[in-house]
Amino acid sequence: MGTDNNKKAITGSEALWRSLEAEGVNTVFGYPGGQIMPVYDSFYSCGTPIRHVLVRHEQGAIHAAQGYARVKGEPGVVIVTSGPGATNVITGVVDAMTDSTPVVVITGQVANAALGTDAFQEADVTGLTGPICKWNYQIRRAEDIAWAVSRAFFIAKTGRPGPVVLDFTKDAQNGTVEFEYKKCTFIRSYVHIPKPSDQAIEKAVELIDKAQKPFVVFGQGVTISNAEPELMEFLKKGDIPAGATLLGLSALPSDFPLYMGMIGMHGNVAPNVKTNECDVLIAVGMRFDDRVTGTVSTYAKQAKVIHIDIDPSEIGKIIPVEVGIKGDAKQVLSAITSKMKESKHTEWVDSFAACQEVEQVKVITPEVAPGEGHIKMGEVVDCVSRVSGGKAIVVTDVGQNQMMGARYSRFAQKRSFISSGGLGTMGFGIPAAIGAKIAAPDRQVCLFVGDGGLQMTVQEYGTIMQEGTGVKIVLLNNNWLGNVRQWQELFFGERYSQTRMVNPDFSLIAKAYGIKTRFVENRKDLEDAVSEMLSDDSPFILEVHVEENGMVMPMVPPGKGINQIMLTDKEWFENV
Amino acid sequence: MENEVRTYTVTIYTENQIGLLAQISNIFTRRSLSIWSLSAGASSMEGIHNITIVTDATEKKIKEVVQQIEKRVDVVKAFFYTAEKIVYRELALYKILTEDLLKCDDIEGLLNRYHARIVEMNKTFTVIQKTGHTTETAALYDELKEYGVRQFVRSGRIAVSRAMQEPVFKFLQKREREAEKYRKQTNKQ
Ligand SMILES: Cc1ncc(C[n+]2csc(CCOP(=O)(O)OP(=O)(O)O)c2C)c(N)n1
Repeated sequence: MGTDNNKKAITGSEALWRSLEAEGVNTVFGYPGGQIMPVYDSFYSCGTPIRHVLVRHEQGAIHAAQGYARVKGEPGVVIVTSGPGATNVITGVVDAMTDSTPVVVITGQVANAALGTDAFQEADVTGLTGPICKWNYQIRRAEDIAWAVSRAFFIAKTGRPGPVVLDFTKDAQNGTVEFEYKKCTFIRSYVHIPKPSDQAIEKAVELIDKAQKPFVVFGQGVTISNAEPELMEFLKKGDIPAGATLLGLSALPSDFPLYMGMIGMHGNVAPNVKTNECDVLIAVGMRFDDRVTGTVSTYAKQAKVIHIDIDPSEIGKIIPVEVGIKGDAKQVLSAITSKMKESKHTEWVDSFAACQEVEQVKVITPEVAPGEGHIKMGEVVDCVSRVSGGKAIVVTDVGQNQMMGARYSRFAQKRSFISSGGLGTMGFGIPAAIGAKIAAPDRQVCLFVGDGGLQMTVQEYGTIMQEGTGVKIVLLNNNWLGNVRQWQELFFGERYSQTRMVNPDFSLIAKAYGIKTRFVENRKDLEDAVSEMLSDDSPFILEVHVEENGMVMPMVPPGKGINQIMLTDKEWFENV
Repeated sequence: MENEVRTYTVTIYTENQIGLLAQISNIFTRRSLSIWSLSAGASSMEGIHNITIVTDATEKKIKEVVQQIEKRVDVVKAFFYTAEKIVYRELALYKILTEDLLKCDDIEGLLNRYHARIVEMNKTFTVIQKTGHTTETAALYDELKEYGVRQFVRSGRIAVSRAMQEPVFKFLQKREREAEKYRKQTNKQ
């Protein structure tokens, strides 16, 4: 920097593109409109190398950016217009906040003089997004662009990542500035990596060394902090079995010997039951969502809990802890591993097998290999996982398709499972899959989606068509809002209120967009269809007519403890 | 103990960012906590603002709320105190018609008893000022009622901790040293 003789003034709109370039952005997801037109005009003429993906609805832009961010581990960028453009991204902002996803959202805004006057397409974007994003800022002068963008990226991707919103007024877009960019690396009021306390680490090591039946539950924090190798080392050295939250999936390869499966409402029997039997519970980068804990008052009561998280406000929020360690998972895990002693807990680790066996016989085999009757959801997921060799990035929408996608996918690589966990946003799937594919063009991206969720963002077929994005969409069609139907059957006396869907001919929609499609309803065609889908890199929609009254099992019903598990609608798990 | 509801004074130090006050009060609303009083203004440290909020909560909840507040990027630090840990006051102003007030035989005695004073007196009205705790400003109000209080306003609580230093000061010093380290790192790159 330093010598600024050859600095030349550029418009605020161009300064935005230059700032994004300086942050290493190569793709943005967006949709133009009146109050962001100078930015789009500048995109047209300023010669930026950044790729702009034109979505069909702003919700699509933000979910695509989320999918992109989760696969890449870098912020996804969204550009939309003011008013309705901005309000259309709100769902995604909350979703990104709950699921700790780094996104930078840039919204157009009316001219400074019109602010607060109910001008055309004016919405109070900073007011609306204040409580639901990590940070927001209204840029009113071109001079502030570089500062605000660099801060936005720093905040979005550091610490516990999250969405950041920059509200970009017309004056700032049209103003001029002598552009100079400096990356933000420090904010006084924001401790992005809290320093773990040595004392806490020592106390944790002591507990872990003494433990007879230690158990680890881990979440997306492991992925965010790139701590997969450290987690593996830690588990191996301590001989500690581990379960993943929904968003923790794929941080450990599915065939890792100490990996015991998914925890939570529809998680695996063994890790859920063992949560309430272990003597030391080590939680890494997760936040004890109520879908993970079941009834909090009976959760892991017998265990001493060690909670490692980068967000100090999560520690002790839901589950009282013996030791809380605030810090980055990678750093904390490697510190603990180096200090603890090598252990063996053979009997304890082996004890998981009995529960696994019960689940295999009662739930898994009937779901993935029913042999007769209608095709089952789990069977489809299992087939996709088998044919893809567990190498695909699995994206899900929300509902039964999501739980089945999570339960029956196997993972060989990290950052391979993308789903809306904390908010459970139907419609997340298609755009998130688009973003994931754009982030990892060399990998297969398979989406599992229901007939309900598909229709919430089906317009993004247009984006797939225009961009030629080779996503593989597996529509698990049961002609119901299946997840809600399941609850109605189990807990609402089979009163199926407003869950039956009269559906369109999905193949005609696919054809209208020129996307290859195939419909399967017979078991004998399934594997061939999946192989066809995965045989190349072009977009494909595979619609499978699945068992309409299928249920996701096992299930910890709402209000029950994590070890009170239904295996079928009639049978409860009995501990062995 | 953890579940006993008590009155807490929450002191928040912030960078001056627009919209932050709304976000902070919103955290109280989300956790179903009523804000009994709120006051905001500059602190003794340049660029740092101080917000003081009084609320009733359990210790567990107030701890969580304070952590949620600190999580906001532009919040420097937040603390919570029970009454014994701080010195706190509010300011109250009472407006009375001067001719009504003059009906009182011993204005001076009354004001002295309450450590109150007259800040403005003209032909039409008189303004009395009192600082103190809520109960004290309320007690004076009750006595003045007799003479017809035309306007009565009370400020939010302000408080200083019983620690010798502004409690955020150490944190800022530490951050200053860390900033230096980061600056060196980025210069090297
Ligand atoms: C935006 C939104 N609206 C409503 C819901 C509530 N909800 C959760 S699952 C579900 C049913 C989903 O049905 P479908 O997409 O067909 O998937 P399935 O469960 O049948 O696999 C509904 C309505 C939600 N999660 N998100």
